[in-house]
Amino acid sequence: MALCDRIIGNGVGAKAVVAITGLMLTGFVMAHLSGNLLVFAGPEAFNKYAAGLKSLGGILWVARLGLLGIFILHLGLAIRLNLENKAARPQKYVNEATMEATFASRYMVQTGLLLFAFIIYHLAHYTFRVASDDVNAVPAEDVYGMVIAGFSNPIVSGFYVLAMAALAMHLKHGVSSAFQSLGIYHPNLNVVTQKLGPIIAAIVFVGFASIPVSVLMGCIK
Amino acid sequence: MDLTLHVWRQKNSKSDGHMEIVEAKDVSEHSSFLEMLDVVNENLLGQGKEPIAFDHDCREGICGACSLVINGEPHGPEYGTTTCQLHMRSFKSGQHVYIEPWRARALPVLKDLIVDRTSFDRIQQAGGFVSSNTGSPQDANALPIPKPDADKAFDAAVCIGCGACAAACKNASPMLFVAAKVSQLAILPQGKPERERRVLAMVDQMKKEGFGNCTNQYECEAACPKEISVEHIARMNREYFRAAILEEPEKQGHGGD
Repeated sequence: MALCDRIIGNGVGAKAVVAITGLMLTGFVMAHLSGNLLVFAGPEAFNKYAAGLKSLGGILWVARLGLLGIFILHLGLAIRLNLENKAARPQKYVNEATMEATFASRYMVQTGLLLFAFIIYHLAHYTFRVASDDVNAVPAEDVYGMVIAGFSNPIVSGFYVLAMAALAMHLKHGVSSAFQSLGIYHPNLNVVTQKLGPIIAAIVFVGFASIPVSVLMGCIK
Repeated sequence: MDLTLHVWRQKNSKSDGHMEIVEAKDVSEHSSFLEMLDVVNENLLGQGKEPIAFDHDCREGICGACSLVINGEPHGPEYGTTTCQLHMRSFKSGQHVYIEPWRARALPVLKDLIVDRTSFDRIQQAGGFVSSNTGSPQDANALPIPKPDADKAFDAAVCIGCGACAAACKNASPMLFVAAKVSQLAILPQGKPERERRVLAMVDQMKKEGFGNCTNQYECEAACPKEISVEHIARMNREYFRAAILEEPEKQGHGGD
């Protein structure tokens, strides 16, 4: 079909798909963060929230599969585009300068792949409960207890904070860049779109990293 | 001033190239970068050596023939300046200056610093034009164009097709060039009849040539000697999505074919 070929088959179209799926995943990250921050409201509030999510049943699985589909599209197309980009310059410059490109923009693939590894570990850690004996010792209903048990290990917490730094870097470039890929560029909008990436990156990093850091410092037990 | 040049030397498109050190003595700070190379070449000829091949034509910054990646920056360190308009006062005596050709699979080196830019011609030929009938011209004021639109179109039309955007891009993408050509005609009423077909054909040709994709890092904007804004890339993206939905697939054997 012509439309499908024009969107998926072409770089400009594929980038739009990467942009839209990226913004959707950012939306998920923000929702996930707002739920997680309930950990500071105490065990009751947090476990009630977790139980509420689990009670959604079928809807939860639809959401999970939808998220998986979005993730696969985002990752798959981004990797294909990157391979095309690498092939476009077989001979590198002997002396290469960088004039405008930000650090975050130059390491999107690396931060993205680190996040992929993190997501697998994170799911194994708390969702499938196969990565840590400390977490598995806590009953599955006590999600609050699992968080405390998991983050009491400094190495685990360190990896989480590192992954969140990668996520923040990825979003700093990715969110603002998504608008340009979708053709949204206007003096009236740029004040918002160009700051949105850095702002969301800061919120996501401080918000998520605060949880393992608080557990390690004994602020929440 | 005295400079140590590190120049890419390559016999032809088939052979492997290498960096070669060439000393440039007593360079006048008032000379342009190309005039400096002219003097270096005179000396090389005097020594019975092959001169350095580089592209140049008008030397007024308007033709788009000159190129060169100088110390990693297309058209050198001066902002909004072509290599021919770059003066040696931008350099310091004793400096090492790296001179390389544009690097992209779709811009292969022909000799030394000269690359084959016909891929840009093919992108232009794919849709960067308006078709019009011949005959007596209509009245100049018959087609009203708002001043802001005329200005925007002109901002895009200043593109000289030099290729610095593709050379600067981390992904060797000529998106700023293609966007400037699409934008220029999309904004004006004269470009409307072929609006959808143009953007689809030009973007498709860019892909066929083997160029990379834009990752919104804006190296192109920093390198462009004509200071063309990445705003035009956003407009081209919009034009592309619009055309992808609106343009019907081409039919075979209809009409006057």
